[in-house]
Amino acid sequence: MELIYLNTVWIVLAAAMVLFMEGGFCLLESGLVRTKNTVNVTMKIFVDLTVGILAFWLIGFGIMYGQDAFGLLGTSYFGNPEKIPLSIELPSAAFVLFQMGFAVASISIVSGAVAERMNFKAYIVTVALICIIIYPLSGHWIWNPEGWLAKLGMKDFAGSAAIHALGGFVAFAIAKILGPRKGRFNSDGSMNVFAPSNIPLASSGAFILWFGWFAFNAGSTLDASNTSLATIALNTLLAGASAGTAALFTTMKKFGKADPSMMINGVLAGLVAITAGCAFVSQWSAILIGLISGVIVVYATLLVDNLKVDDPVGAVAVHGFNGVFGTIAVGLFDTSQGLFTTGDFSLIKIQLLGSIVVVVWGLIGGTIIAKVCEHTVGLRASESEEEEGLDMSYHGIPAYNEMDLFTDLPTRLYDFEETTGIIVAPANNKKSLKKNPVHTK
Amino acid sequence: MKKIEAIIRPEKLTDTIKGLKNIGITGFTVSQAVGRGKQKETQGVYRGKNYKVTLRPKIKLEIVLSDYMVKETIQTIVSSAQTGEDGDGKIYVYPILEGYNIKTGEADLSIDDLANPEG
Repeated sequence: MELIYLNTVWIVLAAAMVLFMEGGFCLLESGLVRTKNTVNVTMKIFVDLTVGILAFWLIGFGIMYGQDAFGLLGTSYFGNPEKIPLSIELPSAAFVLFQMGFAVASISIVSGAVAERMNFKAYIVTVALICIIIYPLSGHWIWNPEGWLAKLGMKDFAGSAAIHALGGFVAFAIAKILGPRKGRFNSDGSMNVFAPSNIPLASSGAFILWFGWFAFNAGSTLDASNTSLATIALNTLLAGASAGTAALFTTMKKFGKADPSMMINGVLAGLVAITAGCAFVSQWSAILIGLISGVIVVYATLLVDNLKVDDPVGAVAVHGFNGVFGTIAVGLFDTSQGLFTTGDFSLIKIQLLGSIVVVVWGLIGGTIIAKVCEHTVGLRASESEEEEGLDMSYHGIPAYNEMDLFTDLPTRLYDFEETTGIIVAPANNKKSLKKNPVHTK
Repeated sequence: MKKIEAIIRPEKLTDTIKGLKNIGITGFTVSQAVGRGKQKETQGVYRGKNYKVTLRPKIKLEIVLSDYMVKETIQTIVSSAQTGEDGDGKIYVYPILEGYNIKTGEADLSIDDLANPEG
């Protein structure tokens, strides 16, 4: 059988698994926000998968993989990405499909950090801008063979920098400008905990993300005959496991209890950190990278809180900080060029440069998005919308119909005054006064 | 001895608790409630159909305290839970006959301690 058939099956399946990670993001975020905003985060993931997909297919893909201009951006394949010629045994449509999953993953990172207070229209604008320009531009630098960072020799196998660090720092910039959720920080600088709505739901989201991550990393081979495919998957598993272990023990030692939301984010941090290096490092290195990222995520979460940036799901700590760490870790642990493994300084310098570039671009990109939203649809939900909850304000439906509160019954069943003729409170309305004998005598 | 029952907006609970703490009240019972007053229904939408949310979610706060605290407590609740719009809620005051601590089985003296914190 020809290899191209096998590759097609593998990459189409891997793309579907990566797109299924959106389901993981959805459950993770709806579990970690307050009940009154769970429908809103779900709807935002739908926007990622609808508006985001179209925006990336139409324009983003061309910027990322199109004909290179100055090593900075692509200029072709707008509206017909499958025209891209590939030198590998893979139909270009499968490649496009797989890249779609990556693009929407980068915006779903942002959706968590801006949860519970962003204007829904502003989020739609954000999704479009990230998929059209923010993600494809730095993606071009790193992943297009003609991009300037790629030419320098930067190694980012499945996107610790291109996807996670970028998404994390775009999220940081927008969350910073957006401001904290109402009541999150007290005037004396202390912080209030907003208890999450559903930890088992958030955990299920993490398990789905973990499942999808095997395709995210191993699928990035774009080649089912690649001998390192299984090694990549194994490295992914080991890094997630060791990061979860590290986060678990760190929280038990530091806070006295095994913190479930930190456990979830610990596992995800390890998966983020190994994404860049999964094809380049040994299994012991993968475990070490995981262990370090599991500790980083705990302290990065506290750091983001101390900076007074409100990140409801911890996306900046997980994706931003560990994306950067994972990128640098390649320079340290790469089996052929790593500083610790070979004593070679050349790769670590490029990895550091690449990380800084992505962080700076992420912060600039996030600021641009926030300013564009501020001047068009309005960046933030109004105070009353935020208090009522974004579910009712923007979507007209709550997540859980407790006490059948939201059943659509005829209004007159509830209109005490109309059904009984007794006015329970002084009426401002003269007409109802006249109608009512009790008050008109 | 009186019981104050306040029905307030859910988003005003934190402010109200802070206000109560400032006047020395740290014990109370909170429950979630739904109800109807003059506040307008909100409009919901489900599968293309509009519907009305007729019962509004509220918080019920119950505090048992000494008679002389009642006025100040009511003022505190009003000032911390008020927005000036329909739906701000109600405060009711009930007389209470007796109160016991389950821990000791004795009559709850803390109510009268409130009257004279030094003694």
